[in-house]
Amino acid sequence: MIGLWSVPLLFALPLSLGILSLLVVPAWRPRLIFIGLPLLVAASLDVLAGLATIGPHVYRLGDWAAPLGINLVVDGLAVGMILMTTLVTSLCALYAWVYLRDHPTSTTFFWPLLWFLWAGMNGIWLAEEIFNLYVGLEVMGLAAVGMVALRATPQALAAAMRYLLAALLGSLAYLLGVALLYGAYGTLSMAGLQEVAANNATTQVALALIILGLLLKTALFPLHAWLPPAHGGALTPVSALLSALVIKASFYILLRFWLVLGPEITPEFTAQFLGVLGAGAVFYGGWMAWRQHHLKQLVAYSTVAQIGYLFLFFPLVTNTGPEAQRLAWDGTLMMLIAHALAKAALFLSAGNLILAVGSPQISHLVGISRFRPMSLFSFGLAGVSLMGLPPSGGFTAKWLLLHSAILSGQWWWLIVLFLGGLLSAAYIFKVFRMSFREGPQIDRSVTPPLTLDVTALILASAAILIGLTAHLPLHWLRLGSVFGVS
Amino acid sequence: MSGAISGYLVFAWSGVLLFGLGLFGFIAHRHLLRRLLAFNIMGSGAFLVLVGLAQDGRGVDPVPHAMVITGIVVAVASTALALVVFRRWYRASGRTDLPEDT
Repeated sequence: MIGLWSVPLLFALPLSLGILSLLVVPAWRPRLIFIGLPLLVAASLDVLAGLATIGPHVYRLGDWAAPLGINLVVDGLAVGMILMTTLVTSLCALYAWVYLRDHPTSTTFFWPLLWFLWAGMNGIWLAEEIFNLYVGLEVMGLAAVGMVALRATPQALAAAMRYLLAALLGSLAYLLGVALLYGAYGTLSMAGLQEVAANNATTQVALALIILGLLLKTALFPLHAWLPPAHGGALTPVSALLSALVIKASFYILLRFWLVLGPEITPEFTAQFLGVLGAGAVFYGGWMAWRQHHLKQLVAYSTVAQIGYLFLFFPLVTNTGPEAQRLAWDGTLMMLIAHALAKAALFLSAGNLILAVGSPQISHLVGISRFRPMSLFSFGLAGVSLMGLPPSGGFTAKWLLLHSAILSGQWWWLIVLFLGGLLSAAYIFKVFRMSFREGPQIDRSVTPPLTLDVTALILASAAILIGLTAHLPLHWLRLGSVFGVS
Repeated sequence: MSGAISGYLVFAWSGVLLFGLGLFGFIAHRHLLRRLLAFNIMGSGAFLVLVGLAQDGRGVDPVPHAMVITGIVVAVASTALALVVFRRWYRASGRTDLPEDT
């Protein structure tokens, strides 16, 4: 048995739809989502059902053996990422379907790029070989750069160029690391590397290159400079997709590397160093978010801050007990998923508020609470998760990380979690304070279409709900990993 | 023995050298076209390491060749995209480099 038919569809479908959407007339391009979305939702759910019935497994594409064939790994982590991608991308696509009616020049190429982005992301979640991960990164990265450039204003083009240069540099560092690993061990598969890789200079140089490349792509402080203009300046649905999903892909690859090579090969120093950079990101990103005057720039800097929490994973799992490691794993994945849902919701509702007042300035939001309560409610729900208030996904994530830090005796990360939460509260309430203030500037607002508000609200509610039902996703995510045994 | 090793490693070391040269150019230059050329030199360096390291008496290994061909396709696509964005940026702003701030 080679596995489920729906596994390869997860990237074959978006790729075909991407090509198809280039062939049909522009007016028909948005309508392809009504074929594509149901099929991809069905395929994702089928893969989940497959995981539940036959457990974690490897799917051999076309039944060819590696290294010339392509192996796809279907474990809890991969399926979790696929479901997250399907949920967020589907809702962003519905949002874009309405939102882009006002941007006729951008809509021509948004749809093909969306499908290619989706194919790249699903390719990364499923890839078992380190070179296929590189290909996935490039497909996703080039599509993402194209999406940032869609607005075609000088600012958007500069942001896209900066993003492209950072992405290319990151990929090449990663590729050189892959070349060294293949030269040393003659295998590209993660499982193969786990068996043969030794702790020597070649491995360490290769891993250093791979880690550096991926950090640049994940925009971890201080390599984050490309992110705020790219995420803050793009069209709203693009910002949501990039901030929620695209930066997670490079972090996911880092996690995969850690799972096979990490505990033995990543030294204590590297782990602590990554944690310190994460702490720097939380403080710097939070501070910069609070100082922004443009609403979407604020949300973009919030992403810089939230990425930092993910990197607390490395010090919490290096040379600590099994219980602390399991809590760190659960907390990091909960943080990743909760941030994806909350950040997509935050960008979409920020876009709605901007549409309503017709200005990206936070100071122009004065009095908007009376006119757009629903947009503001979504913004607030997403903000609750970002701040880490109960009962949200962000709260559960921070709670798990906090326990892990206490269990492993690394109390200094608690300071990061607490102060980071306070900084998030400061920038979220900065928006709220403006919108509840009564002022002469505004006595009416544009009403955005209902679809825009509903998609943002669904994502924000999902960010809260995942905190309430955290046991189930966390159980699935452990399947097939070193943490799933117990 | 050492002669045979240096014989095949010469490609890998040239690759590392090219990668380093490209990296230097990528960081040192501000003109976007130069940075793009530097990126392509880095890419060639990485491909040379990929092919060079695998030729260590295990016979001809087809896997790095397949990888390099894929890599070249990716590099061509990235370069094309970068050129399009650069042209649009140049037309919109009249600049050949990126503004330092923002």
